[in-house]
Amino acid sequence: MLKMTNISKVYRTELIETHALRELNLHVDEGEFVSVTGPSGSGKTTFLNIAGLLETPTSGIYELDDQDVGRLSDRQRSRIRNEKVGFIFQSFNLIPDLNLWDNVDVPLRYRGWSASRRRKVIGDMLDLVGLGSRKGYLPSQLSGGQQQRVAIARALAGNPRFLLADEPTGNLDSEMAGHVMQLLEEINREGTTIVMVTHDPDLAARAQRNIYILDGHASDLPSLHPDNVRTLPDREAAQGGF
Amino acid sequence: MQFTYYLRLALASMRRTPILTGLMILALGLGIGAFMTTFTVHYLMSGDPIPHKSSVLYAVQLDNWDPNSPPTESAQDVQPQLTWQDGENLMNADTPATRQAHMYGAGAIVVPENDEPPFDESIVGTYNAFFEMFDVPFLYGQPWNRQMDDDHASVAVIGRKLNDKLFGGGDTVGRNIRLGDKFFKIVGVIDDWQPTPRFYHVDAGGAFADTEQIFIPMTRAIDEPMWPRGNTNCWSPPDESLPLVQALKQSECVWTQFWAELDTPEQAAAYKDYLDNYVRSQKEIGRFPRPLNTFISNVNEWLDVNGVVGNDNRVQLRLSFLFLMVCVLNTVGLLMAKFLGKSGEVALRRAMGASRSAIFAQNLVEICVIGVLGGAVGIGFAWLGLRAVESLYHGYQHLVHLDPAMLAVAVSLSVASAIAAGLYPVWRVSLLAPAGLLKTQ
Repeated sequence: MLKMTNISKVYRTELIETHALRELNLHVDEGEFVSVTGPSGSGKTTFLNIAGLLETPTSGIYELDDQDVGRLSDRQRSRIRNEKVGFIFQSFNLIPDLNLWDNVDVPLRYRGWSASRRRKVIGDMLDLVGLGSRKGYLPSQLSGGQQQRVAIARALAGNPRFLLADEPTGNLDSEMAGHVMQLLEEINREGTTIVMVTHDPDLAARAQRNIYILDGHASDLPSLHPDNVRTLPDREAAQGGF
Repeated sequence: MQFTYYLRLALASMRRTPILTGLMILALGLGIGAFMTTFTVHYLMSGDPIPHKSSVLYAVQLDNWDPNSPPTESAQDVQPQLTWQDGENLMNADTPATRQAHMYGAGAIVVPENDEPPFDESIVGTYNAFFEMFDVPFLYGQPWNRQMDDDHASVAVIGRKLNDKLFGGGDTVGRNIRLGDKFFKIVGVIDDWQPTPRFYHVDAGGAFADTEQIFIPMTRAIDEPMWPRGNTNCWSPPDESLPLVQALKQSECVWTQFWAELDTPEQAAAYKDYLDNYVRSQKEIGRFPRPLNTFISNVNEWLDVNGVVGNDNRVQLRLSFLFLMVCVLNTVGLLMAKFLGKSGEVALRRAMGASRSAIFAQNLVEICVIGVLGGAVGIGFAWLGLRAVESLYHGYQHLVHLDPAMLAVAVSLSVASAIAAGLYPVWRVSLLAPAGLLKTQ
C-alpha cells in the first residue's frame, strides 16, 4: 500500500545541508499497524511528512496504492491527503474556536460531499469516539484525552485508507493513553492501516510491526519488547523530543 | 455552499482577533471616509449638470475689453459676461442659433399676501427661450411667450419652494406675486430644478448656489429697474450722470449672460462666424478696440473656462487618495500579522486536504468581509466629513450628500482596497509549508 524506495530528503540553507532521510526503503501493507521509533533527529518526522504528502522527497520514489505520488501537483496531493490519509497529532491540533462538530467537519468540507452525508458521518464519528452528546462543545471544554478522541474522529471522518499518528498519546496520562490506543487498535482491526510514530516502547510493542529509523535509514525490528528498545541508541528520547 | 462556509469562518476568525480586526476596519474606514468626502464633492462639482444637452448649449463671450490689457490667448482671458447692448443686439438679430437667451441676475423684496414679513429673493431676468433651452421642468403653467418679452409684460415664473412658501403650494397660475410695490402675474410654476453646478450663472452666488425662485422677462426687469447682482465689471467708468441701470445699459461694462442652443457642429461654426461678423460691424462704429476674439463654449467647456472645479479641490482629491493608500499600507501590515497568526490553522487545513487555492479563497472572503465593514465605517466618516464641509463652506449644500452611486463606490472601493491590502498576506499564508507548523502547534 505504502512503498518508499531510496527516498532521500535534504534541507539546504546558504550555509549547510541537512540530510534528514538517506535512501530510505520502507513498505507498509494494507491493514498493518506499524510503529515507527528512533531517536530525535533520526528523520521520523520527515518520514511522516513525506508519507502524509506534506513534503516532497528530494529523490526516490514514493508510491501510495501503486501510484507514484512524489511529483504530483499541489491540488492532486491535497486531494490524496483528503481522501486517503488521516492525521493524528500529539497536540491534537483542534481549531479552538470551532466546536467539536465543526472540527470533525474540516476534512469533509474539502471533499465536496452533500450536507446530509457530512451530517451523518460527523454524527457517526463523534458517536464512535463517545462524544456524540458534546458536539457543541469547544475543544477547551474537554480533557486532553477527549480532545485526542475528537482528533481521531476528525481523522477517520473522511474514511481514509491509512492513519498517520505522530505521538498520539504524547500529551496524555497513562490511563487516557490506554483508551486512545484501544481506540486505534479497534480502528485497525476494522481495516484501517496505521503508521504511528512514538517514543513509548510499550505503545510501540502493541503494534504488529516495528520500524526503527536512525540517521535517515529505516530498518524493521523483529520484535519490540520494551527491554529490547532500551538497548538501542536512543540518545535523546529521554528528553521527550524528536 | 463553500462561500457560506468561508463566510462563517471569516466571522469566527474576526471574533478571535477583535482588536486587530477592529484596527483594520478603522484604518480602511478612515481612508475611505477621507477619500469619499473629497471625491463626493469633486464628483458633484465636476458632474455634467445637463447631460442630454450639454454639448449643444453654448455660452457666448465677446472681447470688448480695454485695448491696453494683456493679449487674449484663450476663453479664460475674456470676460465671462456681455454688455447689455451686445446681448440685446444678438437677441434681436436673426442668428443661426436654434434658441438664444439673454439673462442677468437681480433681486427684489417679495411681499407675501398674508401678514408674513417681506423677504429678499434672487431673480433671473431673462427671455422666454430660457426655459425650453435649459429643459426647466414645469409643475403648472408654462413659460411666458416671446410677445410678452417684447411687451415688457409683468409676468413671472416661480419655483416650487417659493410657491409653497407664499401660497402653500398648488396651481397658482393666474395669481399675482408682489415684488416691491409691483404685481407680477404668475404664468408658470417650475418643479424642483437644481442643475449642479448651476452652469447658466456661475457668477452670482457661486456655481453651487440654489437656483433662483423667480424668473421675469429681462425687458421688464430692466424697466423696473432691478439692479444687477453679482459681478459687474467695467474697463471704463459708466456715465455717472445717469441712473445706474441706465448708465450700465449704455456702458462697456459686462454684467449679463448669454447662451445659444446650437444643435450641430455646422450650426456652431455658422454661429461663431456670425459673432465674428457682429464684432467686425461693431468695430466700424468704434467699439471692440482689441483684436477680434469671440468664443463659444459648451456647458462642460464653460465650467472649465470658469474654473468651477478648482485646483484646490483636485489637490485635496489627490491628497485624500494618498491618505487612503497609507491606510491600505497599514492594513497590509495588520493583515500580515493576522494571517501569519493563523498559520497553525492553515497548516492543519492543508493537512486535511485543503489546496492552496482553497486556503487563498477562504482568506480572500475574510478580507472582503473586512472590506465591506471598512466601507460601512468609511461611509460613516464620509457623512461626518460632508457635514463638516457643509458647516465650513457656504453654498456647498448641494454637494454634501451621499447618493446611492457614491455609497456603492465607497463599499466597492473599500473592498478593492482590502483586497489590494490582503492579496500579498493571503498569498503568503497560502504558500506556508504545513509540515513544520503542525509539529509546533
